[in-house]
Amino acid sequence: MIQNKEQPLIFERSRPGRVGHGLGDIDHTNEKVEDILPADYIREEEPELPEVSELQLIRHYTSLSTRNYGVDSGFYPLGSCTMKYNPKMNEDVARMPGFAHVHPYQPEEQVQGALEVMYHLQQSLAEITGMDEVTLQPAAGAQGEWTGLMMIRAFHEANGEKGRDKVIVPDSAHGTNPASAAVAGFTPVTVKTDERGLVDLDHLRELAGSDTAALMLTNPNTLGLFEEDIVEMAAIIHEAGGRLYYDGANSNAILGISRPGDMGFDVVHLNLHKTFTGPHGGGGPGSGPVGVKKELIPFLPKPVLQKTEKGFTWDSERPQSIGRVKPYYGNFGINLRAYTYIRTMGAEGLRKVSEYAVLNANYLMRRLEPYFDLPYNRHCKHEFVLSGKRQKKLGVKTLDMAKRLLDYGYHPPTIYFPINIEECMMMEPTETETKETLDEFADAMIQIAQEVEENPEIVQEAPHHTVVKRLDEALAARKPVLKYGDSNQD
Amino acid sequence: MDFRYLPMTPEDKKEMMESIGIQEIEELFSDIPESIQFKGEMNIAPPASEHDLMKELQTLSSRNMNVKDYPSFLGAGVYDHYIPSVVDHVLRRSEFYTAYTPYQAEISQGELQAIFEFQSMICELTNMEVANSSMYDGLTALAEAAVLAASESRMKKKKILVSEGLHPEGFEVLETYTDGLGLVVERIPLQEGKTDLEHLKQEIDDDTAAVILQYPNFVGSIEDLKEAEAIIHEHKALFIVSSNPLALGILAPPGNFGADIVVGDCQVFGIPAQMGGPHCGYFAVSKKLMRKIPGRLVGQTRDKEGTRGFVLTLQTREQHIRRDKATSNICSNQALNALAASVTMSALGKKGIRTMASANVKKAHLLKEKCKKAGLTIVHEQPVFNEFVIDMKQPVREVNQKLYQQGIIGGYDLAMSDHTKEGHMLVCVTELRTEEEMDHFVKTLEGLV
Ligand SMILES: Cc1ncc(COP(=O)(O)O)c(C=O)c1O
Repeated sequence: MIQNKEQPLIFERSRPGRVGHGLGDIDHTNEKVEDILPADYIREEEPELPEVSELQLIRHYTSLSTRNYGVDSGFYPLGSCTMKYNPKMNEDVARMPGFAHVHPYQPEEQVQGALEVMYHLQQSLAEITGMDEVTLQPAAGAQGEWTGLMMIRAFHEANGEKGRDKVIVPDSAHGTNPASAAVAGFTPVTVKTDERGLVDLDHLRELAGSDTAALMLTNPNTLGLFEEDIVEMAAIIHEAGGRLYYDGANSNAILGISRPGDMGFDVVHLNLHKTFTGPHGGGGPGSGPVGVKKELIPFLPKPVLQKTEKGFTWDSERPQSIGRVKPYYGNFGINLRAYTYIRTMGAEGLRKVSEYAVLNANYLMRRLEPYFDLPYNRHCKHEFVLSGKRQKKLGVKTLDMAKRLLDYGYHPPTIYFPINIEECMMMEPTETETKETLDEFADAMIQIAQEVEENPEIVQEAPHHTVVKRLDEALAARKPVLKYGDSNQD
Repeated sequence: MDFRYLPMTPEDKKEMMESIGIQEIEELFSDIPESIQFKGEMNIAPPASEHDLMKELQTLSSRNMNVKDYPSFLGAGVYDHYIPSVVDHVLRRSEFYTAYTPYQAEISQGELQAIFEFQSMICELTNMEVANSSMYDGLTALAEAAVLAASESRMKKKKILVSEGLHPEGFEVLETYTDGLGLVVERIPLQEGKTDLEHLKQEIDDDTAAVILQYPNFVGSIEDLKEAEAIIHEHKALFIVSSNPLALGILAPPGNFGADIVVGDCQVFGIPAQMGGPHCGYFAVSKKLMRKIPGRLVGQTRDKEGTRGFVLTLQTREQHIRRDKATSNICSNQALNALAASVTMSALGKKGIRTMASANVKKAHLLKEKCKKAGLTIVHEQPVFNEFVIDMKQPVREVNQKLYQQGIIGGYDLAMSDHTKEGHMLVCVTELRTEEEMDHFVKTLEGLV
């Protein structure tokens, strides 16, 4: 059933007097609020929240859900995001009452089970990344990046090196990398990508120096290619006195195959909502644990979880710590899902994850290669980039092809990222997809390439079969309507 | 070993390798230098069956004392509230939770509309003009608000004045965030449980980028935002309020008092405590700060046939476009929890939220009276929403131990964050606490003094 056209806002379904809650007679005291609080503390105007019955509410959100597309709906090769299957068991575990309904300030002896999970997750992530210790505090990848950079900053300062204010970031890096460097108080400088699609070593040598605080890198990089000079790059940066930061968004390619710690990285974050199946939630919540090598342990955010004879306890006496980056102990609910996943897969399973993620990506890349420009013709890792240059010459943009994919029932790849590739399409099939799905998707892409040549309008005008047609983003930005009651009109 | 999440068959593998032109999967990794290839097997627990793992985790779960089985008087930023059953039924719709950021608007109208509704509800509650689609949590949202305020002055103003009524972990997070940027956080003390506005008058100057108040504050008192506003805006600093959004069901909203930025946490709206996360920060601003707000914004627009639809908008503020010039580095946020909050706010509706918020006020008042009658010392007599402080005149750690033996989760030990507050217990009473539970709590405390 395609639900065409507009869906009323929940505010538009509201009728005075309807209720959707089961508060009952919760308010059984005889007192009036007016007798307890001074009159000028009390709100006069009621907030215009909707008044709907429970069934209306359920129908509203159910119909919204049918206007949305998730991994459970179909193939979702959104590059850099690792849209793999989200195990249902994880969801059940996260809802166990002893995990869902524990308060962060309960005394340690009341929450030993939760602390044990956190401790074992930290241990597993340290082993998987080849690092010495892990904090679960950061809320997502971007916060992990910033946390890691703040630690590197504290490390340099502790060594009396205040002048290290530059963070080197590849031109192909995700936007959060330079943004995190800036909010950590550094100046990002860009290192070029060479014709192999890898960091330009000569340029890196030029940039590295006594002002280098760190190099931030994803490996495999955002083009889906393994930085094969990584050992040499690490040497260049370390010789200059800098440290290496690993953006773990692309870890799905290397589990049990090559560890960032062994590559020479000093600080690592992982995106548990990507590699370790914490669901993406329509944009979050995520979790971005950070792992470090020994020399950086003193700077970890506090408190730090420890195992003692008395059980698991928090250590807050950390004089060199960068402090707290997030209230409480991180996104426990997501960490719990990741732990469940790691325990389900074990070392053997995780290695297979990466092998199959990489096999799937290479297979899809080779199937599409004859029809689209392949900027870097070599084995990719868990994802690869194509360029829509050839189609652009025929007047069809990558955006148009992405929209056309919607008509074929797929979520499109990531587009226009990395920014150093013209008309970029970045595809990450993940290991949880079958060969049949990859073949069907490849057929759809090939069909679209054909349409571009024979009937470009159908692509340029796409999508045709979605609940709304292409939306006017310029209007949205020119006359912002950001809440119910605002208007696009002048 | 077989893995239910991995569909690859030997036949598929063979065909795929043939089509790529390789003999072994290892060839795909031949560009990884030998010296950094991982040999052997990682030292982590072996794969577990679904049943065994479920059982093991159930055992670990049952080792935690949970606030649904034991009456809790613990709040301090994370609260035990009514969670309508509908919330989890909506969250379990996999079209929501297995999607990511709605980059492709035409197949993400559900998520986009839900967020647009969330933004609208936050604006209603706070009486602010613009709200974003969520932040990690209330306290990192607060830290970002401070950074925004400083950047409004092009980082010329370096001082952030913060009431000591702020959550202690708010201070910690704020100090970490501002440290990298060379900003200075200064504290304004409390007087009788409320921000000392005379002190604020003395400290505020032209170097002050922002003043932060929590409403209700950490020790439970309801601050006088009106008087604070006059002082703050006279010095052209930004007025930032960190506010429990449920309390705004009954309290006059910060927007009424000229707040420039209002932040807080929607955990109170249908989000379980979960050991402290994930919760859901909100971030609301006045119109003049619309283009500075961090994170994602959903806007309404039309498709080419004139049908109403929703898109991510004003994205030039964000890291993927502006990179190192972005107002914030946030990318993934707390979308699913924003959905939980929306469902809860919709279930409560405009009347229900007042009923629920009022119940907190009344029950806190009731418990306070009961404590007084029992001869317990209430530390300051201020109007409160759902928290207040009792002086137990003995270590709260030990008091909580006694409560624990009675199957009660006690209040927050204020000495944990301020050693001068030894014996002070921050007690929380939500709409869920019954009179019976309160009596049991008071009786236990009474027996200790
Ligand atoms: C390469 C890369 N780095 C960093 C991030 C930021 O991670 P998060 O969205 O979890 O903050 C992403 C996520 O989109 C990414 O793809």
